[in-house]
Amino acid sequence: MTDTLKTDLMEINLGPQHPSTHGVFQMAVQLDGETIVSLKPVLGYLHRNHEQICEDVSYIGCFPYTDRLDYFCAMTNNLGLAVAIEQLGGIEVPERAQYLRVILAELTRLVNHTSVTGFLLNDMGAFGTPLLYAFREREKILDLFEMASGSRMMCNYIRPGGVREDVPEGFLDRVRGITAAYPRFLDEMETLLTENEIIRQRTQGVGVLPRELAVSASVTGPMLRASGVDYDLRKVDGYAAYPRMRFKVPLGLAGDVYDRYYVRVLEMRESLKILEQALKEIPASGPALSAKGQQIGRSPRTFRPPKGDAYGRIESPKGELGFYLVSDGSPQPYRYHVRAPSFINLTVLEDMCRGQKVADAIIILGSVDIVMGEVDR
Amino acid sequence: MLPSPEELKSAIERGVPGSRVTMDGARLVLAPADVVKVCRYLRDHADYALDYLSNLTVADYPPDPAGGGAGRLQVVYHLYSMAQKHGPVELRVDLPRANPVVASVTSLWRGAEFQEREAFDLFGVRFEGHPDLRRILLWEGFEGYPLRKDYVVEDQDAD
Repeated sequence: MTDTLKTDLMEINLGPQHPSTHGVFQMAVQLDGETIVSLKPVLGYLHRNHEQICEDVSYIGCFPYTDRLDYFCAMTNNLGLAVAIEQLGGIEVPERAQYLRVILAELTRLVNHTSVTGFLLNDMGAFGTPLLYAFREREKILDLFEMASGSRMMCNYIRPGGVREDVPEGFLDRVRGITAAYPRFLDEMETLLTENEIIRQRTQGVGVLPRELAVSASVTGPMLRASGVDYDLRKVDGYAAYPRMRFKVPLGLAGDVYDRYYVRVLEMRESLKILEQALKEIPASGPALSAKGQQIGRSPRTFRPPKGDAYGRIESPKGELGFYLVSDGSPQPYRYHVRAPSFINLTVLEDMCRGQKVADAIIILGSVDIVMGEVDR
Repeated sequence: MLPSPEELKSAIERGVPGSRVTMDGARLVLAPADVVKVCRYLRDHADYALDYLSNLTVADYPPDPAGGGAGRLQVVYHLYSMAQKHGPVELRVDLPRANPVVASVTSLWRGAEFQEREAFDLFGVRFEGHPDLRRILLWEGFEGYPLRKDYVVEDQDAD
């Protein structure tokens, strides 16, 4: 019957106002019945020319703006920019700060992966409850961020040369508390999800991203590793105190939505291992900000890095977060570019969705893990 | 391990006949006509295996008001290898500001697709051979290229 009955393709806009599009993101979809024929992402609703704004302020002045890129992961955004500025200006980072950076980055990874799993369940139709479980745990870590930086989400805390100021007394003990309690939450979550028949039916074999395409399309982060590529900048570049940490890089086999979910769960378990080691090994005293860093913090406009450029990159929870900076010897960056992981990970969205059902597009997007603050910049 | 930039320069000139590479400090500057050939050589040669285009962006260097000159738009490529876990190799291409055209590398790395669209959108660099070169962050019909240094920001409060 389908051979003789010809129907027109249907064009539908998913978003920008749609709860499952994770912010103001639009997908222009062509459907044949319920099957996706083509899908074009439409971006830019949250574009504010972040890069131009940062070319008009001092290097330190850029930090509050980076908080607003991926607003779930302010700490790692700060870290990425700090690493690039340190390369540009040749700034050393004291030992204690290197460990604090690892601790804060791994806490951020827990926040991100926990939340994204909650959102993914929302997208699958399990409204509310899983997300609230996730946010309950996220809240505890945000309290710690507030304790260290004064702000729950817009932390503005990591600085070139270390961190803005040392963490208050009792902070590390509370991180220990989180690290001890988190596995129980993960177990509880996994009991509900990992072996769940409905979730497996819904996610396995859906949105498959082949390994070769993932590499060619510059996909990074858990999405790349779910496709089976062993590439984690914490191992490859070994920034901060990561070279001293013993942890595994979990890899997926099928590269589908389920693998992306499960790689994130396993990454959280590795993050807890890293946290335990870092808490054990962190020097009890010592500066948290180098002398040069303190000087830059006191008078930001006296900091004029030598002419040249630098590309600093870190493993943010969403993938490779890179900052390309060009200095012309003045107090503000001459060129400031953000290589945003979730922006580039969207390149393959159409490839993953073609031939799938329209309801699957929603969970495939959910498994990419985008935040529009970073995608649109 | 990657060879030094100088060794890489001579390897490229041997491996890609007719190509010309100049050095800018430790960076390799390519002629616009050579980009795709050189990139394909670097991606496919087993010693380099630069299978991962990490970052593609542009920087604008307008003419110096005192010294004159024409200025340039510089396309910057950061290449890494996921297979061999080394990098980066940094490539540069200088383009005239009046007519910035360079071949697209999307056929080599799909990861260039959105990054080249962004560079087109904000700097006006045209990537020839790109499958779908449209503005990506700004809207269709927007005039000008806001990340160029001579872009004048419109004052929205003015009447």
